[in-house]
Amino acid sequence: MTDIERTQPEDQLTEQRLVTAARAGDRPAFEELVRLTYLDTYTLALRLTANEEDARDVVQDAYLRAWKGIGRFRGDAQFTTWLYRITANCAATHLGRRRKTRTESLDSAPEPVELRPEILPAEAAESRAELARLSAALDELPPKLRAVVVLKDVYDLSHDAIAGQLGISVSAAKVRLHRARKRLRDDLEADLRRSSHAV
Amino acid sequence: MRYEDVADVMGILVDEPEAVDPAVVAFAESDLASQAELARYRKLLRSLRSLRSVHVEPPAGLLAETLAAIESTPPGSRRVLRHRVTPKRMVFVGALGGVAAGAAATAVVVARRRMSPAASVG
Repeated sequence: MTDIERTQPEDQLTEQRLVTAARAGDRPAFEELVRLTYLDTYTLALRLTANEEDARDVVQDAYLRAWKGIGRFRGDAQFTTWLYRITANCAATHLGRRRKTRTESLDSAPEPVELRPEILPAEAAESRAELARLSAALDELPPKLRAVVVLKDVYDLSHDAIAGQLGISVSAAKVRLHRARKRLRDDLEADLRRSSHAV
Repeated sequence: MRYEDVADVMGILVDEPEAVDPAVVAFAESDLASQAELARYRKLLRSLRSLRSVHVEPPAGLLAETLAAIESTPPGSRRVLRHRVTPKRMVFVGALGGVAAGAAATAVVVARRRMSPAASVG
């Protein structure tokens, strides 16, 4: 897996025009929205599932649901935010189904994300190694904790939205977030200690 | 109050101080260990936020597959995804249909029997 540069900065007006057309049943307009957002959607799906195959299924499911429900999108949030919520919901459903049907082996865990520092935006001042460690630590979290911390701390969804999409109470979402942060902090600290001992 | 008493809430205090006991907030403001821990959490949150701009390359063909799936689905369609229509579910739906049809037929027969005496009186 490699990181790639984000698509062109999204022009809000273009997105609004496309959304309006798509709501009226304009398929090419919706397909353009897919092209503009699928990189982001796939990355979110991969962060939520920590599995490439699952992420692939979640992306397809999310866009089909979005296409079927585009008429109900009121436009009071950004299209991408609406899409994140659908993706989170699809991932939760998918992970629930996966738990019932198969057990994961350690071998199937995804490889740590490779980062290419030359294409990271300047404002992301964190070092390549730190972000790689963080991605790996996120992948190690139990899916329920990972979903909440990714949606809240990476994608900035509200507790209400997260609770709604994951089918849990707001207080449960907050508790999971707290546990996820603590575990990430502990794992990263332990990792750092191991690295410094190795040196 | 000691740092050990409040260490567990640092992950909440870092961005939701209003959700934490004001006495703990006041203690953390003047306690060096708490400040150091809060700094670690702030750094963690900054790193998590910066992941937002890091994208992962999707597998080849995913975009084409997704567009093809949309192509064959009308907007607002109730078309069910292929993997959800399992043979087991088809049998279940078929059985439900059978039960419903049987109930409807029984209702018609009962209704006719009830109507018959009235018709003969008329």
